[in-house]
Amino acid sequence: MNDLIAAALMLLGAFFVLVSALGAVRMPDLFMRMHAATKAGTLGAGLVLAAALFVFGTTAVTTKAVLVFLFLLLTAPVGAHVLGRAAYFDGVPLWDRTEVDALQGKYDVEEATTPAPVSAPPGPGDHPHEPDGPGS
Amino acid sequence: MTLIEGPATVLTVAAGISLTLVMISIVLVFVRVLRGPSLPDRVMGLDMIGLMAVSVIVLTAIVSGEAVLIDAAIALALVSFLGTLAFARFIERRERGDDE
Repeated sequence: MNDLIAAALMLLGAFFVLVSALGAVRMPDLFMRMHAATKAGTLGAGLVLAAALFVFGTTAVTTKAVLVFLFLLLTAPVGAHVLGRAAYFDGVPLWDRTEVDALQGKYDVEEATTPAPVSAPPGPGDHPHEPDGPGS
Repeated sequence: MTLIEGPATVLTVAAGISLTLVMISIVLVFVRVLRGPSLPDRVMGLDMIGLMAVSVIVLTAIVSGEAVLIDAAIALALVSFLGTLAFARFIERRERGDDE
């Protein structure tokens, strides 16, 4: 019985992984591709991990499988957000039929992406010709 | 189809089909990595390939009965995430408009 459940979970997981890959290939712009990739991919990997949980059934494997799944659940949205933000600032084009760009004008791109030491204005006590640190 | 050695049980047949599906997915995503068109597309593709490699490792662990392989999946998920973060920072901070 456990084997049947595991087989079903495994096939379902592989199906969702395939769906996410199809989305990544067929969707028209980067943000839609990430939309397909992140969610369906995480669900697929999670289902495969659930299958492993049913096959082995020991405490050690259960703990590790749940750990990997929680880790994926935490990191996939964070990674997608960071990458999507970077891509938006980098000027990756939206699909031509996109109706609303909700982020338009919300960010000063130059300020948001320039490293802090470069964009920070010199303070009142700063001397421009002084060496930077005690080591130099 | 003899993708997996040993007697054909429900589990090995299902694992064989699943592995095939995941392999097809990796090939599809690799097409996206090659075609781009932008650097974030490629980074997203590599991130997805990492996720699919985690699936492959877990399926291999199921087929071979080696529970230790799940540890490798943990490590791979971690490294893949860190790689994506590093690439995203690089894309965000690089000089724009000069070399594109």
